[in-house]
Amino acid sequence: MEDISLYVLDLVQNSIAANARIITIEVMEYTEENLLTLTIIDDGNGMDEFLISKVTNPFFTTRTTRKVGLGLPMAKASTEGCGGSFTINSSKGIGTKVTMIYKTGHIDCPPFGRMDQTMTTLVAANTNTDFTYKHSTQKGTFNFDTRVIKSELKEVPIDTFEVLEWICSYVKEGINEIDGGKMS
Amino acid sequence: MKSLKELDEIRNRALDTVGLRKDRSSGARVVVGMGTCGIASGARGILLAFVEEARLRNITDMTVVQTGCIGACRLEPMAEVFMPGYEKVTYVSLTPDKVKKIISEHIINNKIVDDYTIGSAMGNL
Repeated sequence: MEDISLYVLDLVQNSIAANARIITIEVMEYTEENLLTLTIIDDGNGMDEFLISKVTNPFFTTRTTRKVGLGLPMAKASTEGCGGSFTINSSKGIGTKVTMIYKTGHIDCPPFGRMDQTMTTLVAANTNTDFTYKHSTQKGTFNFDTRVIKSELKEVPIDTFEVLEWICSYVKEGINEIDGGKMS
Repeated sequence: MKSLKELDEIRNRALDTVGLRKDRSSGARVVVGMGTCGIASGARGILLAFVEEARLRNITDMTVVQTGCIGACRLEPMAEVFMPGYEKVTYVSLTPDKVKKIISEHIINNKIVDDYTIGSAMGNL
């Protein structure tokens, strides 16, 4: 994966596969400490201890079509490659939380990428799932919540193409407004 | 700066374009592979290219959804196109330009773009 926003898109697929109804993505940038933390929280099926211990092994997968599963191991490697960390907390029947910490000053830290495109893709292709995105920097906080958008739209579907276009610009401008995703 | 108020205008415009995809099953259905393999090879840009091109061409009855790994990772990004009443067509090694052609030829004119299909990529045609 080229950047952090693509890891988010990939990891959220696990939440969707686990039947999550609400998925919360939170980014916090601590510029002075050169840290970026990313959490993905879902209310999906959750995992037991055994499964948690297996999922970051590339030779483990729940899929039946093939024997490797690279999503979580690659995401973990992307954090550890820049001196950060990767943690999974999960409870069966409650949900899962993935916490990723990136050291943004490290030469191997991936760029932030296009989170506007990731959010638009998630919303477009998963209309029955709700997403919240919260991004904080020293300049402020940007909040996005599909439940708010849906209540504004009423009977108009959120995946109406013109709405998706609006969501992409809205998230992009919101992140720019707080100088998000620039990373030194 | 974008505001939620603009959504109201979009909503009213959408409601004016009668029908409002009320029977969305009547249109094309596009399924983009969003496994790790798909995402790493550019599936996000492909899904957004379908959305953008459909918006520009004012296609309102098309739906774009995602699935996991379609099973031929080396041919990603892939998308399956379902036209009502026809068998599914799987397109492989997609680029945004190929998406434009698939929309204009297949989805609008119902003419499969043979060169981009999985059958063509595997040398079966």
